[in-house]
Amino acid sequence: MLVLKSATISQRWRLARRRHILCAVFLIASLLSANAASTSKVLIGRKAPEFAREDLRGETVDLARYRGKVVLLNFWATWCAPCRAELPRFDHWQAEFKAEGFQVIAVAMDDDPALVRNVVGKLHLTLPVVMGDAQLGDLYGGVFGFPVSYLIGRDEVVRNRFAGETRPDQLKQEIRILLTTSPR
Amino acid sequence: MKLAIWTKLWVVVAAYAAFLLPATLAAAQFGSVPIVSATEIPQSALIQPVQLNADLQKKAGEAPLILQVGSNMMFAQGHIPGAEFAGPAVQPEGIELLRNRAASLPRGKYIVLYCGCCPWTRCPNMGTAYRFLLGMGFKNVKALYLPNNFGEDWVSKGYRVEK
Repeated sequence: MLVLKSATISQRWRLARRRHILCAVFLIASLLSANAASTSKVLIGRKAPEFAREDLRGETVDLARYRGKVVLLNFWATWCAPCRAELPRFDHWQAEFKAEGFQVIAVAMDDDPALVRNVVGKLHLTLPVVMGDAQLGDLYGGVFGFPVSYLIGRDEVVRNRFAGETRPDQLKQEIRILLTTSPR
Repeated sequence: MKLAIWTKLWVVVAAYAAFLLPATLAAAQFGSVPIVSATEIPQSALIQPVQLNADLQKKAGEAPLILQVGSNMMFAQGHIPGAEFAGPAVQPEGIELLRNRAASLPRGKYIVLYCGCCPWTRCPNMGTAYRFLLGMGFKNVKALYLPNNFGEDWVSKGYRVEK
């Protein structure tokens, strides 16, 4: 009787342990899957992750080199219609606010640089365009949709994140505010 | 009511300009692939993220073949567990990948397509891939409805992602 009872207890204990392990695995998996999504939002108010990539002209674009400038970091793709709609606008703003220390960096998340070159030519873009990669996407919390833009202050801190096509008036206003209020 | 031949002709030209010309121009830009808007996928062929997520948990029933028809870079950052990269359908290379993957499959195979690169109404990959598979004779193709993008409508919802 006693043997039977202790066997049941040990069986129960094993079951409970298995349940705890399953719960822990589920919890860890959930946390890992939610991590990418939350990181992108957590970036606001933090130092922008550093990166350096070659642009389409073969020149190194190093984010650290733009310290002291207001940077608009835009992730895009050639087939993304909203992306193609806003890039010429960003290019225009870069020229408009250049003297005040404004810089746009466009990161193409395409697989084929030839397609990017083609679209950049068609849109007559003068801003630096670098080819992105999964590692760079991960740094910015996972770029799981286009366009995504980060507005970075002169102090290299991420000030805002815009998912989807930006509203020109709102974004321009935020850029203006950052250019006039943050110290050079 | 009888319409003059010129009026009929203008109606045809106007209809072409309104409905077919944008697709033709887009196709010319990206190669020979006719671009189909995701909005042309019928409601009955859509599957919601919550439903697919629930289906993925089930042990019974036919598991869908999940094909991602966006960019490889998006796929490499994270994708739906078990999904395969089938190339951006808007590009000829993407369609070629999709054709090769699907060629040997039985035409009744349950396939779920997803992209999530852009908002649904502006995604050029989903409708193109969906129409292409129907053209190949597939009868059980579903399109994962991601109204905003993969990040907002799948990753942020806490649904599983693997690398």
